[in-house]
Order: sequence, then structure tokens, then C-alpha cells
Amino acid sequence: MRAPSLLINRYTWYELIGIYAGILVFLTFVLAPFVEGFLVSLKPLSQLFSSPYRFIPVNGSFEAYRTMWVSVPGFARYIFNSFFISTIVTAVVLILVVPAAYAFARFEFKGSSQLLGAFLAVNMFSGAVLLIPLFRLMRSFGLLNTYFAIIVPGVAFLIPSAIWLLRTYMMRIPKELDEAAFVDGASHFYTLRRVILPIAMPGITVVAITTFIGSYAQQFIFALTFNSKTEYAPLPVGLFAYFGRQEVIWNELMAASFVGIAPAMIVIFFLQRYLVSGLTAGAVKQ
Amino acid sequence: MNVQRSTLIFAWILLLPAVLYVTVIVAYPLVDTFILSFTDASLKKTTNWVGWVNYGKIFNATFAEVILRTFVWTFFSVSIKMIIGTFGASMLNAAVPGRALFRVLTMPPWIVPMAIGIFMWGWMYNGQFGMISGVLQRVGLADGPIAFLAQGSTAFWATVITDVWIGVPMVTLYMLAAMQSIPQDLYEAAWTDGAGRFYRFRRITLPLLVPSMITMSMLSLISTFNSFDIIWILTRGGPSGETTTMIIDTYRTAIGSNKYGEGAARAVLICIFLSIFCVCYFRLTSRLSSGDKR
Repeated sequence: MRAPSLLINRYTWYELIGIYAGILVFLTFVLAPFVEGFLVSLKPLSQLFSSPYRFIPVNGSFEAYRTMWVSVPGFARYIFNSFFISTIVTAVVLILVVPAAYAFARFEFKGSSQLLGAFLAVNMFSGAVLLIPLFRLMRSFGLLNTYFAIIVPGVAFLIPSAIWLLRTYMMRIPKELDEAAFVDGASHFYTLRRVILPIAMPGITVVAITTFIGSYAQQFIFALTFNSKTEYAPLPVGLFAYFGRQEVIWNELMAASFVGIAPAMIVIFFLQRYLVSGLTAGAVKQ
Repeated sequence: MNVQRSTLIFAWILLLPAVLYVTVIVAYPLVDTFILSFTDASLKKTTNWVGWVNYGKIFNATFAEVILRTFVWTFFSVSIKMIIGTFGASMLNAAVPGRALFRVLTMPPWIVPMAIGIFMWGWMYNGQFGMISGVLQRVGLADGPIAFLAQGSTAFWATVITDVWIGVPMVTLYMLAAMQSIPQDLYEAAWTDGAGRFYRFRRITLPLLVPSMITMSMLSLISTFNSFDIIWILTRGGPSGETTTMIIDTYRTAIGSNKYGEGAARAVLICIFLSIFCVCYFRLTSRLSSGDKR
């Protein structure tokens, strides 16, 4: 039966041209801003602010990648902050989500599906809607203008998808394993720690990666609203430092953006296999 | 019986930390929003109960325009995302050399911090020196520079396109996963019967994708309705309010002018709309999955 599927996937030359043309158009839309951003980072400022527009840099250089550290001396700190915040967020999310996902995957009790539904409903609110009470909450906890002002709300909005993802993964672990351990006299807690956790490790890794990326990408609004100290500002807010009084230093802004996303890009490159499965898991019913 | 009870207790111990966390950081603020919306809370020390005053203030022509704009903005953004995403997915679904690489290349807009992607678009929209205006002039489609973000009509579409760009990777990968879950035998059977590629796409792929399309549109609707960063960084709701959506309006009122009470009333309205979407989503998906079983 495999023979047809090989034949079926054979394309004629005009089909191939059509497909590649389609992919080209699609990827052009997706990647054009990055290409343009990269070329901007190579152009001297005088060329950027001159018309007519030129796509290709004249006398392009990596000068902006050097001067960006000079014009905004704190830039390394912003990258560190982003990393630090995302790491803590990921750790806290995992601590909260691993037990909860296990409970949702294994135990059916009164109200468990409603509770899961309630968790998923959190997904429908962005932080923006709840900003006012969150602001008051952070103020009364005394967390404004600290790392925690960005970490604490960030964690809450990443919990739902993490639970969903990990629950789906844990449901695939055969129940017999728990039961066998239980029959042998292991406690619930021991079973979770010694039987389930090791097997669920790949799933936990996927959740950790997606949570980290999610946190790295979504630090803007809380950082903008709950923190006004530059020493705690993460990358997205820190980049505003390149918005000068008169003009935006575009080439350095773009250079800094690329330096800032490089770590995330490296992670994606090495872990993309996990990422695709992680991001689309639960999307399609098995 | 005893075993069951200890299991139940254990389950709740496992759930408790996450439940408590979400209660304090999401559920309590949600309740607080409702309470605040009936007060005149602001930077002042005292807060008074004002009843429906904040809601009364909302209902005027300007705000009706904001609501309408939010829906139009969301509608176009979601539709264009779905069209481009489904197109991209069907291209990437083809078994051609290099497709693994192409798939990875669709991800950056999603994975990069949103603000960075938005800065890039901000520069491309620049009237005097930006790429889009420059290319349009060079090709002869525009007579002079177009400052996309400085005029209401173009700023509206500029923010829509940027939102589409950020949302497309997710739609594409989701639709791609849906396409790959379609049983291969269906295609093989159709192929044996002599059905062409386009016919198979139209008669097998598209109909079987409808449930996933509905699910994705609803998810995308909810996240697009909540979209804040894009408009805030590109236009801050301007020029003269032409890109002000409900979220932006709420932020301006509450955080910009420190009118917490009035802002909360707006936030409540957003929550009501979101709940309606959410109920529709659950209804639709449960109907779709019960349809699967038949």
C-alpha cells in the first residue's frame, strides 16, 4: 500500500514551480521585515535618512553592532534581564504545572473538568484587560518596580497552555505504571516522583521550552506598566532607549534587536523539532 | 473508599498551588475589575461608590465608534490571517525538498519578542525613508512618500497587516498539523480513482479542514481582540484615535489618565465580549467533536 503514496507525491514540473512560487511569496511576507531589519542594521544612519529609498546598503558595515553598546551602555543588562525573568518564570510555571497536569491527567473527581475549563478560560484574557487591578495588586504587595512585577503576572498567563500541553502528554503514559507502583506499596507522591516524572521528561522539556519562549516574547506590557526602573527593564522595553529625543537611531536599534533575539534564535534552531510538536500539540485531536 | 479519599486529597494537593496562584493573579483581579467599575477610583486617596456613572459615560458616539472599529479591525485581521495561514500551510504540506527548512522559516515572527517585529514594521512604514513607501514610489504606484502611520486610513491597515504578520505562523503551523492528520488512504483512494491534485485538495483537504479552521478562527479571534502591543508601539491609537481599539482605549483611560474606575468599566465590557466569544468557541468545538463521533 505504500507504493501509491510515493506515486501520489510525484509532482509535474509545473506543479513544482507553482509550489515553490507559492512558498516564495509566503516566506517573503514572513521574512521580509527581518531581511529589511538586517539591512538597516548595516546601513550608516546618513544613508537611512536619505531618499530615494535604497534596499541594498552602500558602504554597509557592522559598525552599528559596535556603537550600539556605546550609545546604550545598559543594553547587556536588558538582555540579562530578559533571560533572567524568562528563566524564573519558566521555573515557577513548571513547579506549579507539573503536579497540576498530573492531577488533571490521572484523577477524575467531581468538578475536575470544570476546573480544567476554568484554567483554559484564563487564556482568553490578556494581561491588558486586567491591568488596573493587577497594578493595584502589585502595588499593595510592594512589587512595583522590581523583577517580580514582571515575573508574577507573567507566570499566571502562561500556566493554562502549559497545563494543557503537559496533561495531553501525561495522558499518553500508560496508567498501568502508576497502578503497578501503587500495588508495590509506593505512595502517590513516590509514584509521581520516581515513576511519572522520569517518563514525562520529554514532555516537560517541551513545556519548558515553549514557556521560556512565550515569556521571552511577551514581557512588554507588564514591564511597561509595572516597572519604571531601567535596571529591571527587559529587552522589549530596553530597546526604547534607542529612541532618542530627536530621532530614532534605527541602525543601532535593529542591530540591538538582532543581538537580543540571537539567543532565542539559537535555541529555536537546535530545538525546533520539539518546538513544532509542542506548539501544535493539542491542536489536532489524535 | 478510604483509598479513594486519599487519592482525592492527593489530587487536590497537587492542584492547590496552581489554583491558588491563578485565583490571586487572575480571578481576584477579574472580580476587582467589576467592583472598580462602579467606583471613581483614581490616584486620589479616597474612592467613592458611584453606581452606573462610569457605564453611563461610556455610552456615547465616540465609544460606539471604538467598539465598531475594534470589531472591524479584528474581523479583517483574523480573516487575512486565516487566508494567508491556510495558503501557507497547503504550500508547506507539499512533499517537496526543503520543506523542513521552510517550516522552521515560518516561525520567527511568532517567536521573536513582539516589540522587535513591530519596530521593524514601524521602520518599513516610515513615509520618507521606509521600504514600503520607497518601493511603491520606485514601481510607480505612489506619486510621493506615503506616511502610513500618519493618516488614519493607512494606519488602520498598517496595524492590521502587522497583526496578521505576527499571527500567521501560528495559524500556518496549526493548519499544517491539521492537514497532516488527514488519513493518507483518502488521498490514495481518490488518486486510484483518477482524481487530480487540485480536485483532491478541493474535495478532501478543504472539507476536512473546516473544523480546524473554525477552531483556529475562534482562538485567533480571542487573541486578536486582546491585541495591545502592536497598536500601542506603532501608533498609540492615533492618528486622532483612528486606530484606537477597546484595549488601547482602556489602557489610555486607566493607565494614561489614571481613571481606574472608568477604565475598569471599559475592561468589563471587553470581558463580556470575550466571554461571548469563549462560549461560542466551546459550543462550536463541542459540537464539532460530537460530530466526529457520529
